[in-house]
Parts: sequence; structure tokens; C-alpha cells
Amino acid sequence: MRIKNEMRLDFPAAGKNESFARLVISAFILPLNPTLEEMSDVKTAVSEAVTNAIVHGYGGEEGTVRIHATLYEDDTLRVDVIDAGRGIANIELARTPFFTTCENDERSGMGFTVMESFMDDVRVTSKVGRGTTVRLEKRLRACEEQDARRA
Amino acid sequence: MLSYEKHRSMLIVRLEGELDHERIGPIRAELDALIRDPQVKHLILDMGGVSFMDSSAIGLVIGRYKALARRGGRVSVERTAPRVDRIFEMAGLYSIVEKRA
Repeated sequence: MRIKNEMRLDFPAAGKNESFARLVISAFILPLNPTLEEMSDVKTAVSEAVTNAIVHGYGGEEGTVRIHATLYEDDTLRVDVIDAGRGIANIELARTPFFTTCENDERSGMGFTVMESFMDDVRVTSKVGRGTTVRLEKRLRACEEQDARRA
Repeated sequence: MLSYEKHRSMLIVRLEGELDHERIGPIRAELDALIRDPQVKHLILDMGGVSFMDSSAIGLVIGRYKALARRGGRVSVERTAPRVDRIFEMAGLYSIVEKRA
């Protein structure tokens, strides 16, 4: 599939960059004229993945979070949120609703569930001690296209 | 600083702006200071001013629910946007927290 646009962003794993990451991904998809709903879906999923990288990947320690976003010709958005943190030993367990490793920090354990619900596809690859990549995919303007076909 | 109103045992707190993991920390500390008052039995979170929310807010609400339930109190949310409802419903929050109009 041909690529329409692509970007990479590296930033320190700090909480203040959660909102920055949302702003950047919003700006990246804005030229597609997405619906407000699609915009919020993408922002929320990216926010969850970046928070996971900061809170779980690096666990409050220093590190770099990378966002690699690709927009394909069919308006599919792919966002890789990459950390080089501690990694996830059991990905299936980590994706289970309400599972959290930070009980006393009041984390809900719903991050992956939210990502899955707002995106078309969520893939997680991880290696303990090496880091985690969360790949989020969503076809944007899919509804608009269906409407056009129906008309 | 959170804006709030107190009517006897009822405390209404307005949450505003973007509720993510970064902002939840200070909000939690402020809320806990407010509900430390043993007179408070019913916490109402007014979500009308929330422009963004991710799953971080679920933990915030459940945590305050637990604190108040221990003294026989309760938590409600009001003026929730459809997106806020969707995230809260994913967590089954409305089985323990009342949703007011």
C-alpha cells in the first residue's frame, strides 16, 4: 500500500508529554478531515499507549517514547508507540480488562480495552528488558466511504 | 484548583479540561483533601467541563467510591458526555456509581 504521509516523534517519558502526543497525532490526521468521533478515538487510544509506555514501560524512570505514524493511501492510520522499557512478560494477561501491575496507583487496568474499543486493530509486541511496541490501526473516513457507496 | 459546592453532606466538584494520567494525580490529591471532611457522604462529580478523558479517570472514580463506601457514602457523576459514558461503561462503573442527568 502506498504511503500518503509519515512521521516520527521522540520525546522523554514524562507525563506532560501525554497531552503533547495527543496534539501531534491530531495534527497529523487533521488534513484527512476526520470526524470528531474519529479524532477522539485516535487521541484516546494514543493517550492510553503513551501513558502505558511512561507508567509501565519506564515505570517513572528516564527513557524515550517514540511515536511512528503512517497514513496509507486508503486512509488507514497506523501508529506505533514504542518504548525501550522493561517489557511485558505476559501480553495476554496485560490485555485482560482490569488487569494492572500498579494496584496502589489506582490504575484501572482498562488501557488496552479502551485502545481495542476505539481502534480497528491493536497489536502488542514486547520483550522483557527490551521494550514494548503497541501498533494501533484504524481506517479513517470509513463511514464516509460507505455513505458515498450507498448514495 | 477544583471548584466545588458543599450542601451539608453533599459535595459537588467540577472536573474540567483534559483528564489524563498526568492531570489525575493533582486532582486526586485535591479530591481526597475535600472528602477528608467526615461530614461528606455523597460526592457528585460534575463532568460537564471535561474536554478529554482516557481510562485514568476510571481509577480516580473507583478510588473515591471505595473511600466513601467505607463510611456508608456514595459517588455520583453528572453531565457526562457520550464518550465519557462509553469509557465508564466499559469498566462497568455505573453498577457502583450513579449517573445523574
